[in-house]
Amino acid sequence: MAAAPSAFGQWWRNLDKSAWVWVLAIVVLVLLVVNPLLRLLIVSFQQPDTGAYTLANYAAAYGRSRYVDALVNSLILGVSAASLCLVFGLPLAWAVSRTDMPGKNLVWISILGTFIIPPYLGAVGWILLAGPNAGWLNRLVVELTGMEKGPFNIYSMTGLVLVTACYSFPYVFVFTKSALDLVSSEMEDAANILGSGQLRTTLSITLPLVLPAILAAYILVFLEAIALFGSPALLALPGRFHVVTTQLWQFFEYPPKVGVAAAYSMPLLCITVFLFWLQRRVTRRKGYVSLTGKGGERRPIALGGWKWAMLGYCLAVCTLSFFMPMVVTCQAAFAKAWGRGFSLDNLTLDNLYFTLFENTLTRNATLNTFTYAGSAALIAIALALCVAYIVNRQLVGRHAGDLLSFLTMAPFVIPGIVLAIGFYAAYTRPPLALYGSAWILILAFATRFLPIAYANSNAAIRSINPELEDAVRILGGTRFTAIRRVVAPLLNRSLAGAFILVFIPGTRELSSAIFLSSINTQVLSVLLFDKSDEGNFEMLAAIGLIMVFITVVFILIGFRLMGRDFMLRRTAA
Amino acid sequence: MSKLVLRNVSRTFGSFSAVEDFNLALEEGELVSLLGPSGCGKTTTLRMIAGFMAPTAGTIELDGEVISSPGSSLPPEKRQMSMIFQSYAIWPNMTVAENVGFGLTVRKLKGDEVRSRVDEILEVVQLGALRDRYPAELSGGQQQRVALARSIVVKPSVLLLDEPLSNLDANLREEMRFEIRRLHDEFRITTVYVTHDQAEAMVTSDRIAVMNRGRVEQVDAPYALYGRPKTRFVAGFIGRTNFIEGKANGDEVHFGGFSVSRQSLHSEGALPQDVLVSIRPQSIHMFKQDPGAGSGRRCVQASVQRRAYVGEYWDYHVTLPGTAQPLRVTARPQEVFQVNEPVWIEIDTTQLTVIA
Ligand SMILES: Nc1ncnc2c1ncn2[C@@H]1O[C@H](COP(=O)(O)OP(=O)(O)OP(=O)(O)O)[C@@H](O)[C@H]1O
Ligand SMILES: [Mg+2]
Repeated sequence: MAAAPSAFGQWWRNLDKSAWVWVLAIVVLVLLVVNPLLRLLIVSFQQPDTGAYTLANYAAAYGRSRYVDALVNSLILGVSAASLCLVFGLPLAWAVSRTDMPGKNLVWISILGTFIIPPYLGAVGWILLAGPNAGWLNRLVVELTGMEKGPFNIYSMTGLVLVTACYSFPYVFVFTKSALDLVSSEMEDAANILGSGQLRTTLSITLPLVLPAILAAYILVFLEAIALFGSPALLALPGRFHVVTTQLWQFFEYPPKVGVAAAYSMPLLCITVFLFWLQRRVTRRKGYVSLTGKGGERRPIALGGWKWAMLGYCLAVCTLSFFMPMVVTCQAAFAKAWGRGFSLDNLTLDNLYFTLFENTLTRNATLNTFTYAGSAALIAIALALCVAYIVNRQLVGRHAGDLLSFLTMAPFVIPGIVLAIGFYAAYTRPPLALYGSAWILILAFATRFLPIAYANSNAAIRSINPELEDAVRILGGTRFTAIRRVVAPLLNRSLAGAFILVFIPGTRELSSAIFLSSINTQVLSVLLFDKSDEGNFEMLAAIGLIMVFITVVFILIGFRLMGRDFMLRRTAA
Repeated sequence: MSKLVLRNVSRTFGSFSAVEDFNLALEEGELVSLLGPSGCGKTTTLRMIAGFMAPTAGTIELDGEVISSPGSSLPPEKRQMSMIFQSYAIWPNMTVAENVGFGLTVRKLKGDEVRSRVDEILEVVQLGALRDRYPAELSGGQQQRVALARSIVVKPSVLLLDEPLSNLDANLREEMRFEIRRLHDEFRITTVYVTHDQAEAMVTSDRIAVMNRGRVEQVDAPYALYGRPKTRFVAGFIGRTNFIEGKANGDEVHFGGFSVSRQSLHSEGALPQDVLVSIRPQSIHMFKQDPGAGSGRRCVQASVQRRAYVGEYWDYHVTLPGTAQPLRVTARPQEVFQVNEPVWIEIDTTQLTVIA
């Protein structure tokens, strides 16, 4: 058997030693994506204490009419909020993209601002505006009309729909505007020449062309709305009704009924997966893609006197979503007591100072927010980069590669709250008892935003000619030398951009954090939510402003690094 | 002693066979070109030699040691080879000197030795003045020289070039052909040179391996390849040629209008009944009048069907009685014949090559 060691020796010598890193990446991917989902499914069929298989969880989850009502409420919320998003977003997109409306920059900036505000902070702003009795708008109406009681109540389904739409319509705007930007004037001219009026042309030519984009945005916004936790928790709970996400949260109140929660989260998961599948089909339909690219000439449509009406509408939408909530939030953050109104002697920096420096709870939460989001972004990008590299350089077979990219993109269709329940189910018990530690939050954030990291890494890796790496290897460098000396330096800018794109949502993530954080691992978003019970709105607003500030700073860094359309890459996921 | 040997190398992609049963042995210090049309498997062969891809059958040996086999291949970084890529693959984040010195740094040479060897090779490729520039600030030809310097400076066991000149303009390409040959004469590195340009292969190579659809058709020195093509593909791919069909009959082989003796045809094996020969256009001569039997020339009457003047020579198409296919004849610029003019042509029978 003299041949055996030498055969092994040759095998060892010839082995690509970088292989273990790729194996490690795949293992991590399985731990982050597959295991939680699998555990979620298993736990939903298990007796909590014995582990025996049962359908009792499903019976418990759907056995009461209250629980079923919450499901229906989520659907109502999703459909109404998404429809309202169209009412808000479509005219704005059309006006900014196709007309000569003045003040486009102002509209743009306030929509960017709307993107920047975490939805739950918007909800806080709206509580200050339209809370029963004390809300600014109610007080204004009482003042003006002498009515006994203001008419607005934000703690209602209508209020919830409005607030949700206010912070989701930018998706509709961005999707539609990108599609409209591709419709050339010639296409519309062709219809005008045939005797079609401006309005008819818009409705019969332009609208169908951008319909797939609108449909895709509608689905996206619907899914956002039903997966949202923050605004419903702030508005629906005091309003004494439930949606799926708040109901899930209630299942987690002590003692947590993980099995029931898992069973109850299935419709949310299935609807999301199905609709994303539908969305991809819609956007892939070839017949619709008669958009001409950038070739065609584009002239803005002259609105005449209507342009002021249009601007008025745009500004009204921006006022609802951005100006009004931000003004009252800022007022509260800098007020001794927000109810005392806008006066100089009510002005103070105490709230911010207290939040940032004096209160250990908030100080630690701020620190945690940074560390967790930062670590999560690093992990997500490292992993995404590994997978993108494996897939693009075909280090594994084509089917294995497809599977890897599928797994990496899969969290995109998992609502954060469902992911959190999966993580809870997978990592509260040994051997991997992470619950209570920072790691479970970091890993959950990393998983949640893995698709963003992957979309960016993939584009980055694709931009590098593989021959650049081949040249390193043939000259005696290993794959790692190639990555360290050539790939990484060439990608550092786009990776920094990707880091920011993961870091920003990481600092504001609420829906998965709320299930996974404990006393010692609180982050700002969770703290903000916890404090909402106490009615200390000055402090809530201060925390919110700190988060907005963090976001703005990092977006500006992103602009510096990547140029103007850097934010849009997020939606490219 | 053979240095690099490819033995029955094949490579398939799914059911498609990109390289089939490829055999080639390179001597130490030899420059062999792989020449063939697009998609014939040149790059695939080269990447197998480099170790980026394992063969699906056969072995590749370097100095008698198997470095590639279907089961396991020595990774490229352990082969001590270097390669010039079609895109040059100059690293844009490193200066010229850093690019060139990279292989030496990886080999853990000391800083001052790296520096002196880099400076030395940059002088050789006439880039001394540009050592601190970044690739974006170089012209195509200069990038090409950086790539050359980078791969030569490490004194590789084998140098691989994949269509290194295809991105350059015509003049520069001609200049670089000679540059590559000069560098090869200076350093004597065993080299495999991939190209689809026959002139490039002829200028640079010691031997040329002509490939077609993943197979080697013929491996020979440029002169032999042109003068004695063995297959119809090689004859047609290397330069222009005429194919004439003939029939063997006794000691003679008859072609339409003329015949030659069996012995005078250079053929390796026994002649078949139906013979196909190739004759280059410049091995046919044209006359206005029959020079007559006394002149020792054996001419055949023909007529000019079509002609084209391309400056350096005349390109005539002449038809022989009894043959369907017109013959192409190259004549010097002063040899002017009119279309439809009867002419006498002489075929240099020593240049007839039997095609297998
Ligand atoms: N990774 C691959 N998967 C499938 N087919 C491939 C792959 N690489 C090459 N081929 C096929 O193998 C054949 C040979 O490709 P190769 O790149 O070796 O050609 P080439 O001779 O270098 O051509 P060119 O002169 O155009 O560069 C082509 O038909 C190509 O389509
Ligand atoms: Mg090629």
